[in-house]
Amino acid sequence: MMEPGLNHVLFVSTALFFIGIFGFLTRRNLITMLMSIELVLNSVNINFIAFNKYVWPHKLDGLFFSIFIIAIAAAEAAVAIAIIINLYRSHQSIDVENTEDLKF
Amino acid sequence: MSGSTIIFYLLSILTLVSGILSVTTRKIFRAAIFLLFSLIGIAGLYFWMQYEFIAAVQITVYVGGITVLIIFSIFLTQQAGELLPKQNKNRVLFALLAAFCGFALTLLQIIQHSFNKTLESPILPTMENIGNQMLGIDENGFSLPFEVVSILLLAAMIGCIVIALRSKPTTV
Repeated sequence: MMEPGLNHVLFVSTALFFIGIFGFLTRRNLITMLMSIELVLNSVNINFIAFNKYVWPHKLDGLFFSIFIIAIAAAEAAVAIAIIINLYRSHQSIDVENTEDLKF
Repeated sequence: MSGSTIIFYLLSILTLVSGILSVTTRKIFRAAIFLLFSLIGIAGLYFWMQYEFIAAVQITVYVGGITVLIIFSIFLTQQAGELLPKQNKNRVLFALLAAFCGFALTLLQIIQHSFNKTLESPILPTMENIGNQMLGIDENGFSLPFEVVSILLLAAMIGCIVIALRSKPTTV
């Protein structure tokens, strides 16, 4: 076991990113797909913070990017859940296969 | 091996294991709880990197906000105790292959690339520095994106209300 540095943090964030991708490709329920997207967004945030700390510590840009990504992710989750609940009202199911007749 | 190293490995294991369980479990409520633990592990990683402000934001927004929102939407749309349907074997296999190939490719790039640390003196991510830069209007300030995000949040809030509003049946 080595002293953890930038590469270790990048390993964790890459693994988390592809766990999210795997979940997004396999899940067929809209809420669990949303959870996978949250994992992907969080791995991106870890990357921004790690680069800010280990490569460019004389600026705070990575931290601000993370803050804005968190704000946008919160807005995105709220809108997605509103859409999902609306879909459940009209279809009684939130399976992604049923969303193909969303347009009318 | 110092205590900091052990804490890093424990937090990484917590994050990754609960992330994997969150995308593979067949009980949707457990998936939400594992997602919660994964997000807490990420907040711990931010604390480990000594970015306390972003860790606090992570706990407040993700652990306290988004997860609760997801759990509420599960309660509103899912039958309690019902298992998610079994996934297609082929689909799981190909998704695993795609994720693994992407992971290997990205990791190869990370290992081959050497990141050079800047030599300039670091700015500590203290509350004072963050606040001054967030609302600053000089060339390093972030006050324009701050305002744009506030408009975006307002628009998203109004959009949520409009979408989730129960529309009256139109009888002509």
